[in-house]
Amino acid sequence: MFKQASWNEPVIFDLGRSGRRGHVLPRTEEAVRQAVGDLNILIPENMRRKSQPKLPELSEVEVTRHFLRLSEMNYGVDSGLYPLGSCTMKYSPKINDLLADLPTLGMLNPYQDESTVQGILEILYRLERWLAEITGTYEVCLQPSAGAHGELLGTLLMRAYHRFDGNFEKRCEVIVPDSAHGTNPASASMAGFKVVIIPSDDDGCVSLGALKAAVSDQTAGLMLTNPNTLGIFEKNIDEIARIVHEAGGLLYYDGANLNPLLCKARPGDMGFDIVHINIHKTFSTPHGGGGPGAGPVGVSEELAKFLPVPSIIFDGESYRLDYNKPQSIGKIRGFYGNIAVLLRAYAYILSLGGEGLKEVAEVSVLNANYLMKKLKGVKGLDIPYNSEKPRKHECVLSAKPLKNETGVSALNVAKRLLDYGLHAPTIYFPLIVEEALMIEPTETFEKKELDRFIKTLKKISAEAYKNPGMVLNAPHNTAVPRLDEVKASHPRTMALSWRMHLKRKTQNP
Amino acid sequence: MLQEIGVQNIDELYADVPKKYLLKKPLNLPQALSEFEVKKHVEDLLSKNKTSNNMPMFLGAGCWPHYVPAVVKEIVQRSELLTSYTPYQPEISQGMLQALFEYQSMICELTAMEVANCSMYDWASALGEAARMADRITGRKEILIPKLIHPERAATLQVYADAAGIATKQIAYDKEIGQLSLKDLRNKISNKTAAVYIENPSYLGFIETQVDEISKEAHVHGALFIVGVDPTSLGILKSPGGYDTDIVVGDAQPLGNSMNFGGPLLGIIACRDDMNLIRQMPGRIIGMTTTVDGSKNGFCMALQTREQHIRREKATSNICSNEALCAVASAVYMALLGPEGLRELGETIMYKANYAIWLLSKIGRVRTPIFKSAHFKEFTVNFDEAGLSVKEVNTELLQRHIHGGKDVSKEFPELGETALYCVTEIHSKAEIEELAKALEEISARR
Repeated sequence: MFKQASWNEPVIFDLGRSGRRGHVLPRTEEAVRQAVGDLNILIPENMRRKSQPKLPELSEVEVTRHFLRLSEMNYGVDSGLYPLGSCTMKYSPKINDLLADLPTLGMLNPYQDESTVQGILEILYRLERWLAEITGTYEVCLQPSAGAHGELLGTLLMRAYHRFDGNFEKRCEVIVPDSAHGTNPASASMAGFKVVIIPSDDDGCVSLGALKAAVSDQTAGLMLTNPNTLGIFEKNIDEIARIVHEAGGLLYYDGANLNPLLCKARPGDMGFDIVHINIHKTFSTPHGGGGPGAGPVGVSEELAKFLPVPSIIFDGESYRLDYNKPQSIGKIRGFYGNIAVLLRAYAYILSLGGEGLKEVAEVSVLNANYLMKKLKGVKGLDIPYNSEKPRKHECVLSAKPLKNETGVSALNVAKRLLDYGLHAPTIYFPLIVEEALMIEPTETFEKKELDRFIKTLKKISAEAYKNPGMVLNAPHNTAVPRLDEVKASHPRTMALSWRMHLKRKTQNP
Repeated sequence: MLQEIGVQNIDELYADVPKKYLLKKPLNLPQALSEFEVKKHVEDLLSKNKTSNNMPMFLGAGCWPHYVPAVVKEIVQRSELLTSYTPYQPEISQGMLQALFEYQSMICELTAMEVANCSMYDWASALGEAARMADRITGRKEILIPKLIHPERAATLQVYADAAGIATKQIAYDKEIGQLSLKDLRNKISNKTAAVYIENPSYLGFIETQVDEISKEAHVHGALFIVGVDPTSLGILKSPGGYDTDIVVGDAQPLGNSMNFGGPLLGIIACRDDMNLIRQMPGRIIGMTTTVDGSKNGFCMALQTREQHIRREKATSNICSNEALCAVASAVYMALLGPEGLRELGETIMYKANYAIWLLSKIGRVRTPIFKSAHFKEFTVNFDEAGLSVKEVNTELLQRHIHGGKDVSKEFPELGETALYCVTEIHSKAEIEELAKALEEISARR
C-alpha cells in the first residue's frame, strides 16, 4: 500500500530561532576593512538598507532536515510510473547529473576567453550537429531555455523570414490545430501573430479541408505536433506541407512528441522548416519540478541566417562564438542557453548511440500501444478516434461514460491513481477529448509496471461503480488530501508569499 | 506485448508513417559508449576548460562567481525533486510546491515586494516579460531604459518588445558619475511611456542613488517603475520596494547556483500586491491554500487562468517550463544565510570589491572606476592612459593565470578601452593583490 510521507512540515518562516545561521562566509580580512573604511559612509545614505529582510534563521542541520522532509513529500520518475501525456517523463541516467555537476562546467563564466572554454564549446558544437542530424534540419540553435522558449524563437523566425521578404505586415496569421499544446497559440501570439484555430477531422488528424480554407496570403505558417496530442501520426503530412508551402507559409514542428520518431523518421524530411526539441523530454534530462529544461531549435538552410547570436563555429582548429550575423533576430535570453541541461543530453546521446535512440522510440511506441490495447473495454473509459489505429508514444482515453454513469470524473480518476502510488496522466487535454486522460508511458517502464497501471485503472473503474465516494474523495494516501485550489486564486484569500499571507490574515481575521 | 497488441512486429506500429520517411540507413551519430567511457570522454573534454577554480576570475557581467554551499547541492540532487514534473497534481507534489512557495516568499522579503513567481529563464527574458506586462497594464507602447544597460538584456528586451509593438528609448547618463540623467529622463518621458526601467546596481557596478526621483517621475506620468537587481546586494542596499518600484526583475543565480557557462540562470520577477499587476504576471505562481476539508495548509499553483495551458493565445506569456529547481537551490541558499548572512554577504562583497578598486586606483596608468559613484561588486577599469586595449591586457592576464574583466569597449565606445571587473566573497585579499600586481606590471610596460 502506498503511503506518502506527511510531515506537517511548517513553512520555513516558522522554523529556527532568532540569531541562528546555517552558513559561514569567507571572512573579510582586517586589512581590507581598514583600507575601505566604513561601508556606511561608502553607501549613500538613501540607499542603505535600514531594516533586515525577514528571512528565516536556521542552523545548517535545520535547513537540511526541512528540505529533506519536503523532498519526501514529492513524487518523481525515480519514485515510479509517471505517465504524463506529452511530457515524456523518462528515467534520467545518473551519470548525466554527475557530469553536469562537475566544476569544470559549473565554474565557467560565459564571457571567458574562448581559449579557456574549448572543451564546453566542442561539446555544444557536436551536440548541435547531432540534433541537426536527428531532426533532419540544417542548423540548430541551442539557446532557448525551454520548449515554449523554442516556440517563441520559432515564431520569431517566421516573422523574420516574412519580414525579409517584405511580407510581414501581410502575413500576420499563424494556424494552429485545435488539438495543439497551449504553448503553440500562446507563442504565436507573443510573437505578434493572430492565431487561427482549425478543427481536427473525425480521425483526430488535421482536417485538410479546414486547412485549405484557412490558408491565404496572410498565412505566416502552421504549427503542428506530429505525432499529434492524440498520439496519432499525421498521415497526410505530405499534403499538409504542400498546402502550407504553396500558400507561402512555413511549417513548424512542435517537438514535444519527438520521442517515438527518434532515429525512425525526421521532421526535416517531412517538410518542416522549423523544429524545436524538448531536451528535458526526448533527451531525458530531469525536469526538476518544472525546469530547467532546454528547447533547441533546428531550421532549414534558408532560415539559418535569422537564428540568434552567437553561433558556435569550428575553423578546423578551435571553436569560436560568432556574432557576425547581420540578419539575426538578436537575442531571446542572456548568453548561450541552459548549458548544464544540454550537457546531459550530450551524455545521453553518447550512452545510447543511434541504435539505442531508435530502440527508445520503438519501445515507447510498443508501450503506448500495449497500454491502449489493454485499457480497451475498461468500463467507463472510452478510446476516442479509432482505437484500431496504432498510436505512437501516447494514447488518450475519455472518462466521459464513467462521469455520466457514476459522477467520477477524469480528475477523480487522476487523484485516485495517486493513492496507488502512481502518478496521474495528463488530464483534460487535448481539449478535443472530453474528460481526457492522456497517457504516455515512455520506454522507461517495463511490462510489469504497465500491467500494474492497467490493473489499477480497472480497479478504480470498479470502485467508481461500487463505491464512488472512495474515488470522489481521493486522494487519501498522499501528503495532503484534496486541496482548495479556488481559495488559492481568490483575491481575498490568495497567499502568494509568506508576507502576503500575513497581510491577508490581518485583513480578514 | 506485440501479441497482445495484435501485430507481428514493431514496424506495423509505424505503418501509418509514409514509407519514404522511415529511415533506411542509420543516422550519422556516435556509437554507444559504456558509462565509464562516457564519463571519461566528457571529463576529458571539460578538463580542457580553465575555470575560476584553476585561476582567479574577475568576470561577472550577469553571471557571477559565488560559492554554492554543499547543502544546496545535496538538496537539489534529491531524486524526488530532481525527477518530478511541474506540480500539476499538488497533493503528491507538496514538497516541490512548498519549496517554491518559500523561494517566492524569500525573494519577496529581499525585494520588499508581495508577489514573486517561481522563476523566469533569466534576467534578460524577465525584463522582456516585465516590459510586456507594463504595456498590457498601461496600454502604452514605449519603455525607457538606461543607456548603460547590460547589452544582452537590451538585445533580449528589444526582441520581446518589438514583437508586441513596444519601442525602447535610451536615457543618457551623467558622464562624471554614471547616474541616470534626470534631465534626459524628463525630456523623454511622456504620457506615452509604459515604464521606466533602471538597473541597481547598474550594469557597470555603481549604485544608482536617484531612485526616489526616477520613481516619482515615472509615476507622475502614469508609467510603471521597473527595477533590475542583483539580489546579493539586497542585504545591505535598500530594496526596490523601499522606493516605490512596481515590478522587480533580476537574476537569483548568485544565490546558490553555479555559473554553468551562462545557464541555467534564474530570472526573478516580482510585483506589488495589486491585482492589476498580479493578473498580468507571467509564469507559474505557487500559492498557499488549505485542504478542501480545511484541516491543513497546503500549496498549489495559483492564478492558472493567466497561463498558456488554459488561456492559450490570450495568456499573459507562453512560459511553461521554467527554472524551478534553480529556485529551490536559491531557497536553500537564502535559508542557510538568513538575514544576518545576507547582510554579511553584501558587506563582504562590497569590502572586497572596493579593496580592489582602492588597490587598482593606485596604479598610475590605470583608471578605476570611471564613474565617481559608490560601487557594489563590479567596477570599470580603463586602460586608455596605458595605451593598451582590454584585449591586450586580458591576453597578458591569461598568461599570468588570471581571468580578466569583461571587455565593454565595443558596447560603450565612448568609455574607451574599459573592462568590467567583478569581485565577490570568493576572492581572497591575496588574489586581489595578485591582480593589482599583474595590472601594474602590464600597464607599466608601455
